[in-house]
Amino acid sequence: MIRVVLPPHLRGLARVKGEVTLDIEGTVSVLSVLDALEAKYPMLEGTIRDHVTRQRRPFLRFFACEEDLSHESLDTPLPEAVASGKEPLLIVGAIAGG
Amino acid sequence: MSTVRLLVGTRKGAFVLTADGKREKWDVSGPHFAGWEIYHMKGSPADPNRLYASQTSGWFGQIIQRSDDGGKTWFQPGTPPDETTGSEGTPRGESNKFVYDTSAERGAPLTTHQWYDGTQHPWEFKRVWHLEPSLGDPDTVYAGVEDAALFRTTNGGQTWEELSGLRGHGTGPQWQPGAGGMCLHTILLDPKTEGRIFIAISAAGAFRSDDAGKTWKPINKGLKSPYIPNPEAEVGHCVHHITQPKSRPELLYMQKHWDVMRSDNAGESWTEVSGNLPTDFGFVIDVHAHEPETIYVVPIKSDGEHFPPDGKLRVYRSMMGGNEWEELTRGLPQSNCFVNVLRDAMSVDSLDKCGVYFGTTGGQVYSSADAGDTWAPIVRDLPAVLSVEAQTF
Repeated sequence: MIRVVLPPHLRGLARVKGEVTLDIEGTVSVLSVLDALEAKYPMLEGTIRDHVTRQRRPFLRFFACEEDLSHESLDTPLPEAVASGKEPLLIVGAIAGG
Repeated sequence: MSTVRLLVGTRKGAFVLTADGKREKWDVSGPHFAGWEIYHMKGSPADPNRLYASQTSGWFGQIIQRSDDGGKTWFQPGTPPDETTGSEGTPRGESNKFVYDTSAERGAPLTTHQWYDGTQHPWEFKRVWHLEPSLGDPDTVYAGVEDAALFRTTNGGQTWEELSGLRGHGTGPQWQPGAGGMCLHTILLDPKTEGRIFIAISAAGAFRSDDAGKTWKPINKGLKSPYIPNPEAEVGHCVHHITQPKSRPELLYMQKHWDVMRSDNAGESWTEVSGNLPTDFGFVIDVHAHEPETIYVVPIKSDGEHFPPDGKLRVYRSMMGGNEWEELTRGLPQSNCFVNVLRDAMSVDSLDKCGVYFGTTGGQVYSSADAGDTWAPIVRDLPAVLSVEAQTF
């Protein structure tokens, strides 16, 4: 079970409170997490990665285990602590006004 | 008794203001979509409880919301209420998806547009500025977007397709962004001539289609804009808003960057009607629901100073279709007022007497139930108001 923390705007859009949990088979990467997240919450499509380029939106970042994973390749395996559910993947909005 | 419903989009959410035909006591609901920019909301003329909202964010992109019960509940089309998983066969998150047409078979090749520094720049989708439901079908809606293009849905907002003949017109390399971005902000569906659509873009100008959006022609003859290399160019003008009386749709009124204009021939030519306005810069313009020659503007000091002259918030009304204007001040602040009124933030109801409404960047929404003679705030402290649309039913 993978744990994901969404920014508040996206929690509201997905109608969830707190963390969301996902079941992923195979390699746990940002890519597989986003695929599973959008499959479970289709209203989030286009909000974290661009519809066309499929790239991370510039004002969003990915963190886990106190590391910035935003600039890693999307299919890089996430830390074991995330894959095992011990630590969450954090999807964070940039602190740029708001 | 009639009901008036105001759909108010703000920088931090949507609000729905409702009153009976007296328009004295207002019920305020919201914020809906708290924290999100709501650029525009509009109801279907064919079904007043069918509402559409453009919910947008610099962080998270574009969302389209829909209500089938007059704004009580909302959902993303294709993702029904209380269902977090799209059922098989329904679009999944496609209602958020605005993708420019790049197909070769759609006619003229699409182009780049001019960037702020004069270089060419590719089209990049940013947000939906304006939603215009069809006059007869609640499931058909037009969307004006930034970077400027026109999209349409025919399935209630589940999927959107670009009407690419507009960008395919060929003048795209001369279109450029205004201060707010390169936005298609005005869509007028002609109630008498089938297939006729007017749109306006900052900063490209006004365009008209007579074949339901397949092909377009610029309609900017008579506009003069000293801030572009050729002040009388075919395109490149910063049109801020256009309005049209339903009973005489060949009559158009325009608030340009500077200048208030009118056209008596569906945009074939324009004449200036700024007359005695204290300044002819501004964003909004609207027309009385029953008197085609009665129009309203809110003069703003200049393009560099987006607030009313002398700190006095004044609506100006012409009952002669322009040129001769009277200031309307009763109930509006006449000192130390430095708010702006943005291009989609004025609307009228269809009651008799006509109600006029506008919202400010200071968060006030003002109402006049007597065609502008007197004004009163409905709310004073909303987030900055981006748009106001009135519904009467």
